[in-house]
Amino acid sequence: MAEPFLSIQGVKKSFGPTTVVQDFNLDVGSGEFVSFLGPSGCGKTTVLRMVAGFEEPSAGSIHIGGRDITRLKPNQRNVGMVFQAYALFPNLTVAQNVAFGLKVAGVSKADSDRRVAEMLDLIKLPQFGDRYPYQLSGGQQQRVALARALAPKPKVLLLDEPLSALDAKVRVSLRDEIRSIQRELGITTIFVTHDQEEALSISDRIVVMYGGKAEQVGTPFEIYNRPQTRFVANFVGTLNLLEGTVTDASTGAVQVEAQDITLPHKLNGAQTGEAVSLALRPEAITLGPRPENDAVLRGEIAEVHFLGSVIRVRVGVGRSVVSLDTFNNSATPPPTVGQKIEISFSSNDLLVLH
Amino acid sequence: MKRSSVWAWITIIVGAAYFFLPLIATLEFSLRMRRGEYSLDAYRIVFGDERFQATFGYSVMIAIFTIILGVLIVVPTAYWIRLRMPWIRPVVEFITLLPLIIPAIVIVFGYIRMYGSNSPLPFLGSARGTDLLLTIGYATLALPYMYRAVDTGLRTIDVRTLTEAAQILGAGWTTIIARIILPNVLIAVLSGAFLTFAIVIGEFTMASLLNRPAFGPYLQNIGANRAYEPAALAVIAFAITWGCMSVIQVLSRFAPKSANRPN
Repeated sequence: MAEPFLSIQGVKKSFGPTTVVQDFNLDVGSGEFVSFLGPSGCGKTTVLRMVAGFEEPSAGSIHIGGRDITRLKPNQRNVGMVFQAYALFPNLTVAQNVAFGLKVAGVSKADSDRRVAEMLDLIKLPQFGDRYPYQLSGGQQQRVALARALAPKPKVLLLDEPLSALDAKVRVSLRDEIRSIQRELGITTIFVTHDQEEALSISDRIVVMYGGKAEQVGTPFEIYNRPQTRFVANFVGTLNLLEGTVTDASTGAVQVEAQDITLPHKLNGAQTGEAVSLALRPEAITLGPRPENDAVLRGEIAEVHFLGSVIRVRVGVGRSVVSLDTFNNSATPPPTVGQKIEISFSSNDLLVLH
Repeated sequence: MKRSSVWAWITIIVGAAYFFLPLIATLEFSLRMRRGEYSLDAYRIVFGDERFQATFGYSVMIAIFTIILGVLIVVPTAYWIRLRMPWIRPVVEFITLLPLIIPAIVIVFGYIRMYGSNSPLPFLGSARGTDLLLTIGYATLALPYMYRAVDTGLRTIDVRTLTEAAQILGAGWTTIIARIILPNVLIAVLSGAFLTFAIVIGEFTMASLLNRPAFGPYLQNIGANRAYEPAALAVIAFAITWGCMSVIQVLSRFAPKSANRPN
């Protein structure tokens, strides 16, 4: 990455004896869209609030464009923020809400009106300027909140779970709209969410957080396909975990549910006799052997769920159950429960977790 | 008709009679100044009395200043407590209730001892100083009503998020309170203001003991020396109070509606 535009270094935050964020480091490039993903209480919102200035870090520093903003008040940071609860001012019209930051900044009425019109066009609500927030739907309110945050041309845009309060359909369309506006304006953006699909679909990079720490930082592809910790592997996407024991580390031999498989170069440093977890995405497993797959396990069909275009099959392998998805093929009927089958996968798609 | 509904109606009728009969009797009596027929003579005399105009005008002025003082003290206090010090709310609520527990006569004697002409703060040494002290005293008396009205108004909005939204857009505290918080609790503030107005207009103890020409002492004076005019004044006082309450009801229709807030 070139010179980072937003730099969070060694940030820690404690509330009394409880540490909610510890040793958090992140560099965000100019125009980059980074998502903080994690379960409730993982510290993602606290980091965002420290960037906004609503919380002061107990240690560490935050720089925007090379300027140290760690101790600056929120109204001196030139940062825009969209809140989960919309936070539109109920006493002001849509246009007045969007113009609020411009008025505070002392922008002339003519320039302010021009910018408000520009912003309302951007969010595709040009005719809604005279309405009050209560006259808008949730999705429209959140678009207005986005326009209001962008109107004063902030250096960084912070989005605090902006889609959480919306219904599923609106969430998807607004998510795409946010991303397209962000690309159009080229504004550096931090997006907080606990929804992995949201994070995977719109981010340049994702920071997966757990217990106040960044567990892994990477592109959606890296996070999904190369999770570095057990938490990331479990939290992002569906994951099958098979417990096994390394029987010969030199050849990569592993025993899983009393069956032997060989995983050359995949043991991730595990020693002979060591217990390991083999993690596999459902889409990496196929029913029956395939030439490209180098590992095969025997099992029995436990459940079959017909979902239309996809059939989700759960296969019992010893005491473990493995989920896999296959595409529906009208020429081939789905397997039946109790049927003895083989499942196969490529050791390249496998993650060995200690 | 169900048995329970019969009892409900009986309760309502008894309650209404308890409240309205004395009022109707007072109104009827105030109209009987002219022997043998109903007239508005008592009201004509009251409205024509220069002392009525002077004392009423004085009390209205003091009420306006009391409302301004109350708003300046209560709105920022209630706002700050909701925003930053929610744990202190029970203590503040208790303090605001004290004027209901401590009689006004105790407060006013305290003032006389504290702010007499020989004290370091001789408010009572001049008429303007005494007016100021009376205003402060009335703001104290109205505190339970003003605080509760404003606090209830603040409860209807997401104070913290609105404050943060304004802050991140560059607003300072004055802008946040003046342009965001106050307009959104304006109806609540007006409710408190009209309650304050009603209290100040009829207050007797403080005005009398501080020897100010207010409406309360005038009411007492008329009541002690006349027959029909006090009844007319009582009806007028009720009309003012009800007028204030009606204004609150009307204004509440114009309150800024909260946007849909996610839970």
